[in-house]
Amino acid sequence: MESRSINREASTFRYLDWPTVVIYLLLVIAGVFSVYAASYDFDHASIFDYSEFSGKQIRWIGLALGLALVVLLIDARMYETYAYPIYVGMLFVLLITIFVAPDIKGSRSWLVFGSMSMQPAEFGKFATALALAKLFSGYNFKLNAKRSNYYRAFAIIFIPILLILAQRETGSALAYLALFFVLYREGMSGLVLLAALCAVVFFVVAIKYGQDTFLDIPLGEAIVFGLIELITVCMLVAYCKKGVEARNVFLWFLATSAIAVAAHMLEWPLPATPYFLTAIGVGAIYIVLVSLHTDRRKLLITAGAAVGAVFFLFSVNYAFNTVLQPHQQQRIKVTLGLEEDLLNAGYNVNQSKIAIGSGGFFGKGFLNGTQTKLKYVPEQHTDFIFCTIGEEEGFIGSVAVLSLFLILILRIIHLAERQPTTFARVYAYCCASYFTFHLAINIGMVIGLCPVIGIPLPFFSYGGSSLWSFTFLLFILLRLDAARREHH
Amino acid sequence: MRKDYNLEKRKYVIGGIVVVIVVIYLIQLFSLQVLDSRYKEYADSNAFLRKAVYPSRGIIYDREGRVVVFNQPAYDVMLIPRDVQPFDTIDFCNTLGITREQFDKRMVDMKDRRLNPGYSSYTPQVFMTHLSPEDYGKLQEKMYRFPGFFIQKRILRQYNYNCAANVLGNIREVSKTDIDRDPYYRSGDYTGDLGVEKSYERYLRGEKGVEILIRDARGQIQGRYEDGAHDRGAVSGRNLKLSLDIELQQYAESLMVNKIGAVVAIEPKTGEILAMVSAPSYDPSLLVGRQRGANYRMLTNDFYKPLFDRALMGAYPPGSTFKPTQGLIFLEEGIINTATTYPCYHGYINGRLKVGCHGHGSPLPLKPALATSCNAYFCWGFKAMIDRRSKYGTPAKAFEVWKNHLVSLGYGYKLGVDLPGESRGFIPNAKFYDKFYGENRWSANTIISVAIGQGEVLATPLQIANLCATIANRGWFITPHVVKEIQDTVMPAELLERRYPTIEQSYFADIAEGMRGAVLGGTCRGANLPGIEVAGKTGTAQNPHGRDHSAFIGFAPYDDPQIAVCVYVENAGFGATYGVPIGSLVIEKYLNGEISEGRKYIENNMLEANTILYSGVKKH
Repeated sequence: MESRSINREASTFRYLDWPTVVIYLLLVIAGVFSVYAASYDFDHASIFDYSEFSGKQIRWIGLALGLALVVLLIDARMYETYAYPIYVGMLFVLLITIFVAPDIKGSRSWLVFGSMSMQPAEFGKFATALALAKLFSGYNFKLNAKRSNYYRAFAIIFIPILLILAQRETGSALAYLALFFVLYREGMSGLVLLAALCAVVFFVVAIKYGQDTFLDIPLGEAIVFGLIELITVCMLVAYCKKGVEARNVFLWFLATSAIAVAAHMLEWPLPATPYFLTAIGVGAIYIVLVSLHTDRRKLLITAGAAVGAVFFLFSVNYAFNTVLQPHQQQRIKVTLGLEEDLLNAGYNVNQSKIAIGSGGFFGKGFLNGTQTKLKYVPEQHTDFIFCTIGEEEGFIGSVAVLSLFLILILRIIHLAERQPTTFARVYAYCCASYFTFHLAINIGMVIGLCPVIGIPLPFFSYGGSSLWSFTFLLFILLRLDAARREHH
Repeated sequence: MRKDYNLEKRKYVIGGIVVVIVVIYLIQLFSLQVLDSRYKEYADSNAFLRKAVYPSRGIIYDREGRVVVFNQPAYDVMLIPRDVQPFDTIDFCNTLGITREQFDKRMVDMKDRRLNPGYSSYTPQVFMTHLSPEDYGKLQEKMYRFPGFFIQKRILRQYNYNCAANVLGNIREVSKTDIDRDPYYRSGDYTGDLGVEKSYERYLRGEKGVEILIRDARGQIQGRYEDGAHDRGAVSGRNLKLSLDIELQQYAESLMVNKIGAVVAIEPKTGEILAMVSAPSYDPSLLVGRQRGANYRMLTNDFYKPLFDRALMGAYPPGSTFKPTQGLIFLEEGIINTATTYPCYHGYINGRLKVGCHGHGSPLPLKPALATSCNAYFCWGFKAMIDRRSKYGTPAKAFEVWKNHLVSLGYGYKLGVDLPGESRGFIPNAKFYDKFYGENRWSANTIISVAIGQGEVLATPLQIANLCATIANRGWFITPHVVKEIQDTVMPAELLERRYPTIEQSYFADIAEGMRGAVLGGTCRGANLPGIEVAGKTGTAQNPHGRDHSAFIGFAPYDDPQIAVCVYVENAGFGATYGVPIGSLVIEKYLNGEISEGRKYIENNMLEANTILYSGVKKH
């Protein structure tokens, strides 16, 4: 018994995926320096000074490394065995948090223990990943086999989302949506990702170009109509493999569009919107008619997608103006460049772009950034930590950090695919999804490509919860990976 | 476990999405950091505050080295609205000696962008200016209790003597016009207004330095950029040494209390102005500090216009003080010689024209004519010149010659004194009369009153004093000026050069002799000081505003003139009544340092005299 245990520990470290560990350590160390630089003051405090953010962050890192060690020493099978209990326990904590957490800037997501505080939403991530992996690792579980499988997967993803939304921590809640990548990998139709992409594009285009007009209708609407027609034709070709029908529909759309344009130029009293609606409607009916003869499902999906997209288009404005709260509308408008609001919603992003942009190619040098030192960028040691890197280390530093993250994520995907068990694979994809989402949203927000959604940059943003949560996430994966040979 | 290879391919889609996102972000970063240079500028304007360091303004001394104007630190209470936290308002108000209502009103006014267009809650705002040193001390101790407030040091002018306001001028905050005209100034800077403060602004102001400070997002200063490596220190303003004798100035001003007019005293050899009084005057310290605005309005609205420097802006009929110039011109033009006599039967009578005169012997030559201020003599002389067609062709041509001589004596144009606002006076030319009477339709009798300094001719007291200095020098003058030395700078050459009128120097001795006669036995007997040989000339100028203006010019000592004086008192009557006593007192004071016992009563009379009562200007 004793010798087995020693063997297992030895094998854990022998088979540990050291490249990932090295990337992890590089990111964490770069993170400490960034936090030190971001909170550096003219009093020249030491990086290790415990009263400084960097000093505290070093302590968090020390504890995180301890945690990592503990995670690695636990038997890999324990994670699978206790996946659901851990998940349920975490849901309970998330629920409790709603009621006991103090109100901090409008959100009730922090549990406070004396001088310490922790954000359960961060720790919900690995618990949810374990639960999802556990679900998929069930005997002969195939996502597409039964519709109820989808319901179960959705339940696992959406219960924490709802609980976190109830804590008014929208950013963290959205991070769980990244798990749809995992569903895609495990068999969910790519059309869902395509639909999501289309929805985002249509939304952005419709809002961004909503004020300009083309053919007497809003330009955004016209572009979206064009995109719907284009996608429909593409789907007929690529998805339904119907070349002839695709050509027919394409010519039909071309002809009706030409008539619409001609009508406008000759100033016929023909409003454009009904024209497009008729054109797309007739196209959809044609596809449905074709479907009566062959390959019904795919064609119906294509026709449904086209019609659904039109409905989506008309609901965009309604949704934007009534569902979203004013400050959220504001953030989206600022991101789309529709509004200059340098004092309120746009202030952070503008200052953040100034800080990063002023870094230039080589940067101003460590601790020489003026914008971050002088606190022009709010939240600069937490959500806007990337500004410090951009300003002080320049484009070079930005490339280095982004590259490290890219390598980490691709490495995790590589690890995922080499796992012999579904549990480990699904868990690994969960990790990759979370990292991708946090990277995309956090850096996108800092460089002005995404609306401001307050989520941390893994391993860089100051704070124990985020650091520990991502460390847990990553090292459980490494533990599972190290154990993969035990199944042979 | 069997692998689903179809699904495994999806890793490429997922990996591809990650790669695409990273690539898009790198493109955006490249455009922000490498392609777009604007962000660097934004960052610098964010972070660097170029703060001006104010030099101390030059000190002003009098000719004896006595400090006349110096600097005094003043303190403004400032606040950054955003940083203000709740504090004990009552304590604050009590410390500053203001009421709660005043406090509230000031806070409201400060935020009113119509009153304060530069308002921002991030930048320093003025709460109260010019704190007294006592209030400053009290407030400084308690400052920590009022977060967001701070005290800014400023420099104010302070005056050791309550006099010479017209010469010294004052300083004021720059206007938008100043800033547009001279890029040196920034809003909130001070610049000289009136007097030497204005004309020597370039020397007095020094050069501002700059301190590059690092400013954080809250507008708070975090320190100096690179420990001040790029800073530039301020260069102190240059000190000025005035030619004024401040005690003489003070004495002359005291003599002019309750009178309207001017006194100008010049050191003939140097052109240095020893005293320049414009009455009524005002206390220069009125235009300092918090009450400047109100006081300035009060002085502007004052009926007697104390801000109007009569010594160099007032254009007056010179009256009989003009007669020496006539004597000089007639001698130069060969119209008369010292032996030439003209008759005077209580005036100049030519056809129906009569210019009155007073009782004295007749006929008489030039020197006694000057001594007795005979109107007839100069009218005859003038007629002889202007109407001498054999020499000049027409009266117009003769008149141009006459005018050019006067211009060379400093009349009709600005003398070029180193003070702002000088008037040029007025000497008509022939065209002026051609326009008025028609070409060739006028002759000497038409314009005879200019011969005795009446009619169209106007001169400033400074020009009249300058004539006196020219006579004292026997034929030359130096442009009068009030600054004797500029620290570390050579005085401009035009304030040191002798200027020679177009008149033979020897004739000046004759005029001087006539003026000496006026003191010994003519109209200026009141200026006959014991032990000092004074030469003088009275003037009594008729004017449309009421009683005659009383004027006097005089210099002394006769053989080695140290001082030339012009006194001009509006609506005071005969020159001998006010002009002569005041002028002689100034001369005596300057040369002897005190007034002799026998003349104390004159001094008292003058100190107490009030001629404002007679001022015709004031209509009741």
